[in-house]
Amino acid sequence: MRQRIRPEGQRMSARATTVAAAQTGRPEGPDAHAAVRIEHVSAWYGTRQAIDDVTLGIPPHTVTAIIGPSGCGKSTLIRCVDRMHEVTPGARVEGTVRLGEVDLYAPGSDPVLVRSMVGMVFQKPNPFPTMSVYDNVAAGPRLRGERVSRGDLDDLVERNLRRAALWDEVKGKLGRSGATLSGGQQQRLCIARALATDPAVLLMDEPCSALDPIATYRIEELIRELAAEVTIVIVTHNMQQASRVSEWTAFMLAGDDGIGRLVELDRTEQIFTKPSDPRTEAYITGRFG
Amino acid sequence: MADTAFRRVSFVFGVLIVALVALMVYEMAQQSSLSMRTFGPAFLTSTTWDPQHRAFGALPFIYGTVVSSVLALVIATPISLGVAIFLVEMSPNWLGNVISAVVELLAAIPSVLLGLWGIFVMVPFLQRYVEPALQTAFPGVPLFDGAPYGVGLLAAGLILAIMIVPTIVAISRDVMASVPIAQREGMLALGATKWETTRRAVLPYARSGIVGAMVLGLGRALGETMAVTMVIGNRPVISPSLLDPSYTMASVIANEFTEATYELYVSALIEIGLVLFAVTILMNAAARLLVARTARGMPVAP
Repeated sequence: MRQRIRPEGQRMSARATTVAAAQTGRPEGPDAHAAVRIEHVSAWYGTRQAIDDVTLGIPPHTVTAIIGPSGCGKSTLIRCVDRMHEVTPGARVEGTVRLGEVDLYAPGSDPVLVRSMVGMVFQKPNPFPTMSVYDNVAAGPRLRGERVSRGDLDDLVERNLRRAALWDEVKGKLGRSGATLSGGQQQRLCIARALATDPAVLLMDEPCSALDPIATYRIEELIRELAAEVTIVIVTHNMQQASRVSEWTAFMLAGDDGIGRLVELDRTEQIFTKPSDPRTEAYITGRFG
Repeated sequence: MADTAFRRVSFVFGVLIVALVALMVYEMAQQSSLSMRTFGPAFLTSTTWDPQHRAFGALPFIYGTVVSSVLALVIATPISLGVAIFLVEMSPNWLGNVISAVVELLAAIPSVLLGLWGIFVMVPFLQRYVEPALQTAFPGVPLFDGAPYGVGLLAAGLILAIMIVPTIVAISRDVMASVPIAQREGMLALGATKWETTRRAVLPYARSGIVGAMVLGLGRALGETMAVTMVIGNRPVISPSLLDPSYTMASVIANEFTEATYELYVSALIEIGLVLFAVTILMNAAARLLVARTARGMPVAP
């Protein structure tokens, strides 16, 4: 049977850890208080290496943005966090990722269990079209196979639709197909669906790239609100978006060999005002990428 | 203009196929008019088929055709879906190609060969092992009542199932392969296993296409003649038991056309052809309705 594994680190209050992170200065290398620690992760698609030796600590209860030009491996990196990378045929990962104290790549670690602890929102909204709005949100909890009373499930669906700021728009049409919603609503439905499994970390892979500006604005607002309760990692090619939603920003860049590497991680304001690496500065001032 | 010529030529071909079907129906109606006048609607409900006494009723054949085809569909659908799921979700590429090729080969076997195999291998096997076992397992159940002859509805259903598996596999494989990766990943990301992803994301997304595959398989089963004729027993009776011999519309036409010695006999056989045509259309329509119903709530193409 599946059990919930709650990483110990998650119990620490948001305030305490943020203070701790601030006291230790810049979190270079895996931060001891990080919610997620990516340690020496390299990833391949077949024989082609996509990212090389990325080490990165994601502070808890904040939004961390991963920016960089196309092909720098930023999506691949977050797909390594919930072990989605290996779903692609021929893909493999080296290094490890820790969620709190849990080593997600430990021998015997079950990727299915890992994915139930980490939420993921994709580039294009992908609600299940044959399921109702209600069933989309309930899909994750139902996979657990726990016996949940109808009332509890109703509560869970409503709570997560509220968290995703979608409840008021869909409360009258929970029985309708998820595919009948607008694009922005579909993406918020996918966020509600991901939140419903109560993940410690929410990974978002360019969640607004298929949305119009108003829908984008609403999602960004939502991301900032959600950061209070869940650690968020958002991949974006949009630097304005990174500066609007995130507290921390990681910059990745592919070298001449086409392999993505981490250039630096810093507080977002630092990255966008006084980055320590000249390549970051070149990127944010639009000199390449 | 070249385009005008092209449009006219393709229009002619389009009309041709409709005209051909209309002509066939007309021709059959024409030639069966004697039987229609003689028996009226009772032709469809009468269970007597006795050429020596000029009594013709189609019901046993309708029953045999529908039951054997539906039985084939019931047997073939789970097997085909299993194969398609393996091909799309599990198997490595090379193995998938091998299996696909073998399945297509199955579709290319002439039905008379399948029929021979049915008579010499499958029917004795059914008679000796399967049917007695069914009777022991379900004593007194009318579905498995009677003497185990080997030939009968069960044998026909099995042979037809073998024949429609390739159709259902090929189409449902293509339909499942076209389910977006994002749907699978969306389910996997919630903590679903491979099987849960297939069952809860892939199959529901592909269901209207899968029903379409079943419709085509059913269509093939309804019209199949040779292999069925060889194993169904060819006795125009209506029995609730799957072990009893039966007769299909296609089989009776094939078997008796050369022996139809007087006009009413020929006319009755042609009317059977007309009924087969109608049953096929009706079952197709019913299945299409089913597709339309299951397809509701499907995504509008982006």
